[in-house]
Amino acid sequence: MFAAFALTFALVSLLAVALLWPRESPASNESRLIDRINDLLPQTQCRRCTFEGCKPYATAIARGEAGINQCPPGGERTMIELAELLKREAIAVDPKFGVMPAQPAVAWIDEAVCIGCTKCIQACPVDAIIGGSKFMHTVITDDCTGCELCIPPCPVDCIEMRPKAAMTGAVT
Amino acid sequence: MIRAMTGGGLRLETNKERSTAAPLRAASVPAEVILPLDQHAGTAARPLVKVGDAVLLGQPIAEPTSDISAWVHSPVSGSVIAVEPRPVAYHAASSPCIVIRNDFADRRDNANTAVDYASMSPAQLSDHIARGGIVGLGGATFPTASKLSQAVAQPDLHLLLNGAECEPWISCDDMLMRERAADIVFGAHVLMHALGTVSCTIAVEDDVPQAIASLRAAAAQVQPHIRIATLPDVYPAGGERQLILAVTDREVPAGRLPSDIGILCQNVGTAAAVARWIRDGEPLITRIVTITGSGVREPANLETRLGTPIASLIADCGGYTTDDRRLIMGGSMMGLAFSDDRLPIVKGSNCVIVPSPSDLHPRSAEMPCIRCGNCSEVCPAWLLPQQLHWQAQAHDVAALESFGLMDCIECGCCDYVCPSQIPLTQRFREAKVPVQAELLARSEAHLSRQRYEARGERLVRIENEQRARLEQKRREITGRKSPP
Repeated sequence: MFAAFALTFALVSLLAVALLWPRESPASNESRLIDRINDLLPQTQCRRCTFEGCKPYATAIARGEAGINQCPPGGERTMIELAELLKREAIAVDPKFGVMPAQPAVAWIDEAVCIGCTKCIQACPVDAIIGGSKFMHTVITDDCTGCELCIPPCPVDCIEMRPKAAMTGAVT
Repeated sequence: MIRAMTGGGLRLETNKERSTAAPLRAASVPAEVILPLDQHAGTAARPLVKVGDAVLLGQPIAEPTSDISAWVHSPVSGSVIAVEPRPVAYHAASSPCIVIRNDFADRRDNANTAVDYASMSPAQLSDHIARGGIVGLGGATFPTASKLSQAVAQPDLHLLLNGAECEPWISCDDMLMRERAADIVFGAHVLMHALGTVSCTIAVEDDVPQAIASLRAAAAQVQPHIRIATLPDVYPAGGERQLILAVTDREVPAGRLPSDIGILCQNVGTAAAVARWIRDGEPLITRIVTITGSGVREPANLETRLGTPIASLIADCGGYTTDDRRLIMGGSMMGLAFSDDRLPIVKGSNCVIVPSPSDLHPRSAEMPCIRCGNCSEVCPAWLLPQQLHWQAQAHDVAALESFGLMDCIECGCCDYVCPSQIPLTQRFREAKVPVQAELLARSEAHLSRQRYEARGERLVRIENEQRARLEQKRREITGRKSPP
């Protein structure tokens, strides 16, 4: 008799704890969603989506302020993964946000022409360009995401995109 | 405590005795040697010679280009006649090669001398081992010095020498252990010194009694003590991870290296090559190659100069018995088929099989998977090949990765037992390419995200600092203006 009573009491208190347990705040819920979206994005930081980087784009998607079809580097695959995560309708990546080259490309600086203005260094979202003021700059090929953001600021047009495969030694 | 491989593996009928009947002998030296610059794991070496240059026996002819790369030395004296792409047996494409015409004078490069390894620091010794062009001779050809330097920071390292030659046809390590046990033991001591350890085990399968006897005799003569461990001859007991588990009862975690659990594994042939470089000043310019199969008249183990065309070794073994020219480079389970016998022997060539149809496991047409589960019972990596097979057909990269495709060691056990004759290993080898690309893309994305976030934080910090400085200045100015 006592055992049955104790068991009932234990179950009821468990239920009470479960019901009264503090819920996640909506803010932390949203930040978790942003992180999950950001995990699916390619981290190119190219701003083709019109936002300031992958995380800002992820934030806009989470808040319903942006579509899932604005990431050309991620392409169809990222769009489908986003659609699955967010239970949204799949929709083709809009070419107005840009078209990616067939082969992954990286920036390359013609060092003989570079005047050392540092404008590309400031433009690079992932710190993949090194050099000092009035000294030659160069791209760290392994770190370049191919975002192309360094190309417009260059006053002497000495930066071009080259296929990544040709720029890195093939490792077997 | 030695135990049998925990689950998985196969007891295969061995064919080693065909090639171990005759003693180890030197192969004839060819008129021309072909030395691929990418015959080791890692980046291709950079040539140091050009067409027309005279080279000496043992002279370095190509240098490493990264931390994972290796020196290449000339195995003959003579002159360089070409530096150009040539076909090789270890992959489908051509490789850049240095071709040397032999003058048969064997003029040695006197710069290569013996060294007193005991007086060198581990780092110096590791550098010196790299200069000998020494790479893992078990087949994977990973540069030995790179492996040493990855492990050297670890305390309590244990050196494990792999003499478990589990492929049913290969016997080059067996012959080496029988006839040159002293070299292996000397090399083991050099490697132990390079790692700063005194514990070493040589692991051997129990079906090679002569090799075990000569290793025991050689190990008994010197200190520190080297343990000889024997294990049952189950294929693939000689796989690095399988061997470590069997000998030490510890499992190497997926995606990690043996050195992460304090073990460094080297092939016995590598130890012998280290001995010849340190003790005799002879860089890695020869290796022992098993030539076997019913398709060759006198199977044997031949000590071969690197770059020797396979045809020359076949001729040394009495020639072909049939016109049916099928060749396998490596073992019957994991080797690669090729047909051109002009291809050169490289550092990783442990065996050439010239099979007759009766030697081969007959394969009929592929049939659908019946989910019998035989493959998962024999898989030594505890994978589920039947699941991976479905996922590979569906090109489901995420599922392949989560089901551990990258832990597949491509041993071929699942193919061997599959009643539907599905070439599973070949499928897995192909499926690894997109999975590897996905993993690489993910790690690159992770790094660029870190750099992007670090940059964002830095820009905010700089702006805050600037604002604080302005504020400070403003306060100074207003302070000065106010009346005293």
